Amino acid sequence: MITWSALLKRFISDPVAIIAGFVLLLLILMAAFAPLIAPQNPYDLMQIDVMDSDMPPSWKPGGDPRFWLGTDSQGRGVLSTIMYGTGISLLIGIGAVIVQGVLGITLGLIAGYKGGWIDSFLMRLADIQMSLSTLMIAIIVLALFQAAFDPSVYAEYAIFMLIFIIGIAEWPKFARTVRASVLGEKNKEYVDAARVIGLPARKVMWGHILPNAMTPVLVISTIQVAEAIMTEAALSFLGLGMPVNKPSLGSLIRSGFEYIFSGSWWITFYPALVLIALILALNLLGDWLRDVMNPKLRRGDE
Amino acid sequence: MNVPIIETKNVEMRFALPTHFLSRQKPVLHALSGVSIAIEPGESFCVVGESGCGKTTLGRAIMGLLTPSAGEIYFRGTRIDQLDESARKPIRADMQMVFQNPYASLNPRRNVFDTLAEPIRHLKPEMNHAEIRAQVEDVLDATGCDQSWQRKLPHEFSGGQRQRIAIARALVTNPAFIVADEPISALDVSIQAQILNLLTDLQETRGLTYLFITHDLSVVKHFGTRVAVMYLGQVMELARAEDIFARPKHPYTRLLLDAIPKLTGGSFDKPRQPGELPDPVNPPPGCPFAPRCSMVQDRCRSERPKLRPIANSATQAACHFAD
Amino acid sequence: MALLEVTDLHVAFPRGKHHEVEALRGVSLSLKKGERLGIVGESGAGKSMLAFAILNLIAEPGRVSQGAIRFDGQNLLEMSEHDIRGIRGNRISMIFQDPMVTLNPVLTIGTQMVETLKAHRKISTHEARRLSIEKLKLVAIPSAESRLDAYPHELSGGLRQRVVIAIALLTDPEIIIADEPTTALDVTIQAEIMALILQLCRDRDMALILITHDLGVVAEVTERLMIMYAGLCVEEGPTQRIINAPTHPYSNGLLKALPQNSERGQDLYQIPGSMPPITALPSGCAYHPRCEFATERCHVSAPDLVNGIACFHPLKADAKAPA
Repeated sequence: MITWSALLKRFISDPVAIIAGFVLLLLILMAAFAPLIAPQNPYDLMQIDVMDSDMPPSWKPGGDPRFWLGTDSQGRGVLSTIMYGTGISLLIGIGAVIVQGVLGITLGLIAGYKGGWIDSFLMRLADIQMSLSTLMIAIIVLALFQAAFDPSVYAEYAIFMLIFIIGIAEWPKFARTVRASVLGEKNKEYVDAARVIGLPARKVMWGHILPNAMTPVLVISTIQVAEAIMTEAALSFLGLGMPVNKPSLGSLIRSGFEYIFSGSWWITFYPALVLIALILALNLLGDWLRDVMNPKLRRGDE
Repeated sequence: MNVPIIETKNVEMRFALPTHFLSRQKPVLHALSGVSIAIEPGESFCVVGESGCGKTTLGRAIMGLLTPSAGEIYFRGTRIDQLDESARKPIRADMQMVFQNPYASLNPRRNVFDTLAEPIRHLKPEMNHAEIRAQVEDVLDATGCDQSWQRKLPHEFSGGQRQRIAIARALVTNPAFIVADEPISALDVSIQAQILNLLTDLQETRGLTYLFITHDLSVVKHFGTRVAVMYLGQVMELARAEDIFARPKHPYTRLLLDAIPKLTGGSFDKPRQPGELPDPVNPPPGCPFAPRCSMVQDRCRSERPKLRPIANSATQAACHFAD
Repeated sequence: MALLEVTDLHVAFPRGKHHEVEALRGVSLSLKKGERLGIVGESGAGKSMLAFAILNLIAEPGRVSQGAIRFDGQNLLEMSEHDIRGIRGNRISMIFQDPMVTLNPVLTIGTQMVETLKAHRKISTHEARRLSIEKLKLVAIPSAESRLDAYPHELSGGLRQRVVIAIALLTDPEIIIADEPTTALDVTIQAEIMALILQLCRDRDMALILITHDLGVVAEVTERLMIMYAGLCVEEGPTQRIINAPTHPYSNGLLKALPQNSERGQDLYQIPGSMPPITALPSGCAYHPRCEFATERCHVSAPDLVNGIACFHPLKADAKAPA
């Protein structure tokens, strides 16, 4: 176990963690305050002028100082769309992980604590779920959804659909992690001590075992956010994710991709750069967390 | 004679071992095969034996952590092994347990106050916050814990201090009966004495009855009133503590006594043959101790001896030839 | 001349970037050929550290910061890793608490024994197998030939520890260092294993360093005894002399705290408090906060080990622990 102050101390002494944390914080702040700091609102049709379309970054010949990173084919500033798009990507990533977490933790906890046929049933269910590729499920469901509904309805609910689909498809990762650490905890004597006073299974599971089984969950959560953002980006790139008028980083990359051979590389390049920075920062932080939380890898303190 | 505070009648415990779901054999581990003991109020009843003898299983069955496969368990004359939770709840406050490993028996994420308050909150919901606080402070005092420990987490304490906290948790509902499962074997020598003294003092001040599970006969000599020596899920000898040292009746008891290292030295001078516990999945048909026994006869290998009173003593032994 | 001579050994571990703490703070010992030395202390006293340091096995980031270890006239601390391997596992063998540390679970016992032999001797596999069977018979393993093809998990704990001893004996070492060899075993198995070690040492004129927390075991097996506390030796001398008449207050307290050494119904003698961690040692004598004889002088300066005792206020020889 590691305390918060020890965690902070180790964070400060690790330059990679500081840089990754700083990048992540910057991107989150940028996304959260996009409506306040973005040069324009790309959703507001009043602010968009098709006359401004396909402008290169401001320092290039033909650039406009209003659009620092250039504009796309609809005349939206790339910088502004990135700021809003990062927010949508993060929202989907975090939302999907919350769905995965709630499902996975609950089912993993029950499987690990109850054992027997409940455990076998839930784990086989997880195996089946894992053997179906996330992308495949998402493509099928989203394609049906897109075909069945009007584009305006689709645009409104796409974000919830993405959160829901990525969340459902990836719960086994959480369930397995939680189950493994519950199996390690449930035979410890503090659990027996709680059972001796007749505490119901529900309270033993949630009140005693889960808090001690959460460490690995924290680690995979970070990695899973990155993974969910990637999945969403891939879906959007295939045209099954966020619609073009509510773009995530993935849909931005896609919308620029058509113009890349006509020389407008910035429309794709900058969102891709931000996506890479975001994923890299999350993965580096996840790796760092795993190293810190794993007592077998920890040396030299205590 | 009083009603025993705890009585077990022919308690059996069988565990099905995990197998492949296609395999024909369903191996069953016999952890307890027909254990009958009665513990009188105020006793320090010790259960002694080597690992795998079923002593911990017996303690856990009495506490309701395990449900016996057969047999009956009584608390003050009430049968408790088949009670449902609502009927058992009032009895739980009277029975508590202290565990072996103080590093595992306290939830690492709960501070001392929360750990101690939980049994009261659950078992005595009528008590208000001030009463709970007073009760917690009271048991902390009684177990030699400092009041400043209340807001600290277990990792801030040494093994001996943690075991005091674990004892305080067992006392917080004012129980009459405590199962202590090897409460000192994970502690350092100088700390063992502190904890044993604490248990003795608490027995005097609170009139506790102990079921004390241990592998260490020298503790029994100091601490116990009566002893059950267990081997492979059976009681081999049931005797008063002083008798077991002065007049051991069962050959296994003698082997155990002989194995204690003596401070005067000299008893390890002659070589000993390797002896092993028989496989509890396929126990021998006769006396479980027969394969190791020095006075074994043909009858021992075929017929399982029953626990019987030995003439001219208060001892019972499960041996065909004990006298 | 002494076979093994350790002088003023310090082992240090880094703490933070610029500081070090010492787990051993200047320990000396000498061991003659065929002599059996017991090292007793509570957890954290540094007794296992001493064993590891003798074999130059201190794990990073710890290091031997001072002192000398002479074996047969050579300083082990100045030898190359290659030369040390000619001694470690060959002329000095080690037995650990957990047999599974020594035994590789995926190799048969025979393979492991043959490999150990071939690493140190230029002999044929056939000859190595013959020697292995001989050693397994020496430690009284039943049907030794067939056990050679068994995997470690197929043996019981007691047999496994016998195999470890057989492996330790393969190269006919001059010294065996046994670190709590029976702590994980049952009392009857402990008696067997300790009797075996004792007999082997006597028959083969082998020296033994036995590290344990159990005073009974050292009394049975060893001739000389070292009591360690907080990284130092506090008392050293003939085993029976120390056990019958300890002169250091800590040795005295340890002995008096044993249940064997007190009357029934009486409280056990208890040493107050617990051993300080090496990161927070008190000033002066490390034992003074727990010592009933401590004076101002003990707070300020630490006593040296003179004539086998490190105390300013040694107990007189007649103030012996109650037997």
